[in-house]
Amino acid sequence: MKKSWMKIAIGVWIAAVLVVGISMPIGHIPGLGAKARIIYFHVPMSWLAVLAFFMSMWYGIMYLRRKDMKHDIKSASAAELGFAFSILATLTGSIWARFSWGSFWNWDPRETSIFVLLLIYGAYFSLRSAIEVEERRATLSAVYSIVAFVTVPFFVFIMPRLMTGLHPGEGSPAPILNANGKMYMEASMRYVFYASLLGFTFLYIWLFNLRSKVGILSYNNHSEIE
Amino acid sequence: MPGSDCSSLKMKRLRPILSPMRGAVAIFSKDLNSELRTRYALNSLIMFVVVTLSIILFSTAGETVSPSLSAGILWIIVFFAAMSGLSRSFVSEEERGTTMTLQLWVEPSSVLVGKLLFNSLLIYVLNLMIIVAYMLTMPSFVVKSPLIFLITVVMGTFGLSAASTFIAAIISKANSKGTLYPVLSFPILLPLLMGVIDATRLSVEGATFGEAAGDFKILLSYCVVVTTVSVMLFDFVWRD
Repeated sequence: MKKSWMKIAIGVWIAAVLVVGISMPIGHIPGLGAKARIIYFHVPMSWLAVLAFFMSMWYGIMYLRRKDMKHDIKSASAAELGFAFSILATLTGSIWARFSWGSFWNWDPRETSIFVLLLIYGAYFSLRSAIEVEERRATLSAVYSIVAFVTVPFFVFIMPRLMTGLHPGEGSPAPILNANGKMYMEASMRYVFYASLLGFTFLYIWLFNLRSKVGILSYNNHSEIE
Repeated sequence: MPGSDCSSLKMKRLRPILSPMRGAVAIFSKDLNSELRTRYALNSLIMFVVVTLSIILFSTAGETVSPSLSAGILWIIVFFAAMSGLSRSFVSEEERGTTMTLQLWVEPSSVLVGKLLFNSLLIYVLNLMIIVAYMLTMPSFVVKSPLIFLITVVMGTFGLSAASTFIAAIISKANSKGTLYPVLSFPILLPLLMGVIDATRLSVEGATFGEAAGDFKILLSYCVVVTTVSVMLFDFVWRD
């Protein structure tokens, strides 16, 4: 009860970002126009998918050090949320790509990366469901998430060798983000983007706390019965 | 005091009987001997390669396969051959109940190194056969830069066996071992596969060494990173 202000605040904040993001004029952006508004929703979702992947690995390391089941439950909760957000990012991006690039899927470097991320999450959950002993499941899934996390940076180096990017910011016309990481966004647009990033991150923290609390409660309950 | 004696005994870590180097060699020669005695893996792998290659040849009969496509097909055969050949390396120890004995005799890292050496040897022999058979049957697969191709195969095979040996150790503790193995390995191996396919394409197209140097850097660092991480984490998987 006492933390209900947090979820109300997140709800109001994200609703405000949604209204402002859709209604606020964004000026003229060459090649994108109003389609650039996806940046308010799609980019935060992808950011959360990656953040959750990192947190899942982080709690995996914590489990291997402390052998506390709470860390394993948190690792799994982070992975579940990350999986949900990467599906959302893939779907929104895919629909957007249909209208911007002409087809739902183009094997652009970032599409390939999120595809690999989905594969890793899928493999992680298959591994978890294939092991019944809790401690063993916790150890092995932690180990797997570390190995997976270590190999992912290779895509950053190998992708540009194999294909050219289509995402705004890669390739010659760079209307919003360019290769040097410098942003060409109007100030007002940038504020909404940061506000959305902040709102989504807090949404993630709230969901993560809720999910891991439920997980820990049901684990305690279940071990008491046994 | 008897109590302190007891606690000091508990604190003392039990050392395995063999030293790390000798342990790794012992594991390697054990696996090699049992393979030479039964030829379990090699026989079925040769048949696997023959079957896969003939399916590919049937489906591409009368078609002209482009050089870059043939580079991709080669590594598809190698990937699935490794997936069917290496899955048993730790599962067999679990099934025969020899895991405990190995834990008593050798350090965990020696088990990993010994198994890795044996698996690498197996996949090197297998790849040699795959490549010879592939070159004889695929007319469009002509290597124009042999040096690039040689380095790609040497590093790619090592990286493949390093990653798959470690994943084999993970799945040996799980329930649905056979199906889980390619599922877990594929995301881990994907950067390596993309690198070797690109380098093989370059070697077929007759590129210069400098053009492939970027791929070689990626392959080398992949091998180093995956081997290091598996040695570091193997303790957790093995002493379960």
